Amino acid sequence: MHKINIDGQTVEVEPHRQSSTEKTILEVAKSAGIYIPTLCYHPALEPYGACRLCLVEITKPEWKEWSKLVVSCAYHVENNLIVKTSSEKVIKARKFILELLLARVPESDVIQKLANQYGITKTRFSSSLNPEPPTLNCILCGLCVRVCDEIIGENAICFAYRGANREVMAPFNKPSEVCLTCGACAFVCPMGAIKIEDIVDIRKISISKTEASLVRCKNCGVTFTALPVSEKVKKKFQTLQELLELCQKCRRKKTIEKLSYGPMAIRNI
Amino acid sequence: MKDIFNKYEKKDENILGLLEDIQTEFNYLSEENIRKVAEAFGVPLSRIFGISTFYKSFSLTPKGKHIIWVCSGTACHVRGAPKISDRLTQLLGIEPGGTTPDNQFTLETVNCLGACALGPLVVIDGKYHGKMSVDKIEKLLQDYK
Ligand code: SF4
Ligand code: FES
Ligand code: FES
Repeated sequence: MHKINIDGQTVEVEPHRQSSTEKTILEVAKSAGIYIPTLCYHPALEPYGACRLCLVEITKPEWKEWSKLVVSCAYHVENNLIVKTSSEKVIKARKFILELLLARVPESDVIQKLANQYGITKTRFSSSLNPEPPTLNCILCGLCVRVCDEIIGENAICFAYRGANREVMAPFNKPSEVCLTCGACAFVCPMGAIKIEDIVDIRKISISKTEASLVRCKNCGVTFTALPVSEKVKKKFQTLQELLELCQKCRRKKTIEKLSYGPMAIRNI
Repeated sequence: MKDIFNKYEKKDENILGLLEDIQTEFNYLSEENIRKVAEAFGVPLSRIFGISTFYKSFSLTPKGKHIIWVCSGTACHVRGAPKISDRLTQLLGIEPGGTTPDNQFTLETVNCLGACALGPLVVIDGKYHGKMSVDKIEKLLQDYK
């Protein structure tokens, strides 16, 4: 067992054969009930290390007082690691990062709230390049781009341009042809920067500029998903066609109905 | 176009090389060609678009026949590069990054070109012109008109 010391608490962690599959400091801290703030991290996605907010101070007995700052979401633990999640050094660096974030998205209540927790109400920096709609308050954490790639597999949006001009958009900043309008990007965005609008029978995703029709439940008629999503799921789960025509509520009802006909019926679901 | 495409094995590490060749051949990366690259390599369009916008050496809009670089590295800057680029803006009627309406000239400012001793430095179509001045640049431009 690895022995990790986090904020004075000793935590035992199962060792892995490769360092790249070891748990990250963030995961270990979480399991020990220690909170580390994050913005660009999501447990379902690969670590990315973009926001730097989750940084912690690490050292080892043999490092003789020497220590360094690492991002806890991407740093894999090793035996005898000593971690401080809120040392003076950490707080100072984190405050600095929050000031930078505040300069980028001064209007964001997410960042304002975080900054306030560290006693920061204004920033020394100024930015003439604050993000505007459709990516108002975007901090370029990349969660939306990554979820569309790693989980949805459509790669509808990407980072375009570089440096201060970096932006999330669909190719050529035109409506994406592959976006399913599933809304996973809006779901993971920590800044609430992405809008999903369902108007009557049309769904619109702000960031991909894509519009798609909504699907109505065969039974009760409510809209419950977008057509491209429904088509993709139907293709994947050929045996569930009938249930996939229904909204979540009617689906549950139908399943219960079938179950109540006895064990023979279950096989037909 | 075919030739450039066939030059490369369809491996990820060749994408950049192909884009560079297209840029050289056509002076820019058209939407059509970016789409072709994505299709040929079986890579999401968004990824090729991301690469195409990331590197300064690529352009998504057609560049002029002659490309003028004004070095704005530190050494050239203190030796008067801003005056030269201002003069060029005046003469050509375009800001750095722009292309003249007749597609003859594209004006760009670039970072240190590694020939600081020659500063202020202007490069036209790859040819270095050192110790530039506001007067000299006007004459030099005539040669390309
Ligand atoms: S739009 Fe949201 S999820 Fe996407 S990069 Fe910006 S802040 Fe992150
Ligand atoms: S959460 Fe670790 S760098 Fe963003
Ligand atoms: S600063 Fe112009 S060549 Fe170095």
